[in-house]
Amino acid sequence: MSNLARPTIAVVVFPGSNDDRDAQLALEFLGADAPRVWHTEESLPRGSAAVVLPGGFSYGDYLRCGAIARFSPVLDAVARFASDGGLVLGICNGFQILTAAGLLPGALRPNNSLSFICRDVPLVVERTDTPFTARCAPGQPLSIPIKHGEGCWFADAELLAELEVNGQIALRYALNPNGSVGDVAGVLNADANVFGLMPHPEHAVDSLLGSTDGALLLGSLVDAARLSAEVPV
Amino acid sequence: MKATVLVRPKQGILDPQGQAVSSSLRHLGFAVDDARVGRLVDVDLRTDDREEALAQLRQMCEQLLTNPLIEGYEIELDRE
Repeated sequence: MSNLARPTIAVVVFPGSNDDRDAQLALEFLGADAPRVWHTEESLPRGSAAVVLPGGFSYGDYLRCGAIARFSPVLDAVARFASDGGLVLGICNGFQILTAAGLLPGALRPNNSLSFICRDVPLVVERTDTPFTARCAPGQPLSIPIKHGEGCWFADAELLAELEVNGQIALRYALNPNGSVGDVAGVLNADANVFGLMPHPEHAVDSLLGSTDGALLLGSLVDAARLSAEVPV
Repeated sequence: MKATVLVRPKQGILDPQGQAVSSSLRHLGFAVDDARVGRLVDVDLRTDDREEALAQLRQMCEQLLTNPLIEGYEIELDRE
């Protein structure tokens, strides 16, 4: 029963992923087992209670970010896992892949400045009743780094309005760094079991690196994964 | 059969690359109001049937070559 104390959160690795080890370290630090899963795998590790798609440049971001990764074998397993209610978190490139795969709404475009931006950004938590934000307080300000060239989230006015009504915008920039519509930094699917965000919580779990606010988000996921491991879906 | 697929950011989508290009063109002295930057994909298909080629190219565009949320496309089939 030791797996209940330490839930398994799989971290997918694509060719070109580069934050998979940081995600693994952060999740292990926060109390999960975090095996890395190569993109050619057709299933997730047995007993996985959640899965993380990490940052990086999967398949070189050729064509469009996430466009090719969405066709990798492991993505079928992730999509099945998500449709069964499994918890899926996409960070940066992982977020881009989830939108390309249609598991999350919207699309990520080049930053309006055309610059690659790498710095801590102020964020506001919009929803705390989700598996990814439960450790936060409503409206809580967070400081978490971004590092991306294509983080400008886009949805047309109609889609954005629908997402706002459904409460799917869980995380916003306090100061918009990249031109995202609605200052959106992170968005949920309709069932709130899939979440994608451009900021990197895995880089903000140790005060040595300037902020531990990322641990609030990843710690929420570990809590939720522990619960779902106790109650298999 | 050869074909060219032209992919463009949809109208209303902010195109920072296009903005940078048009501003550079103005800087060079060209009287330019706007420029949009898209992508061009040359495809060499195995089929010689134009209808079949078109059908396949449309599928390629919907599945991989474009993101229909933000991009539109045009298909040009080589004549002959």
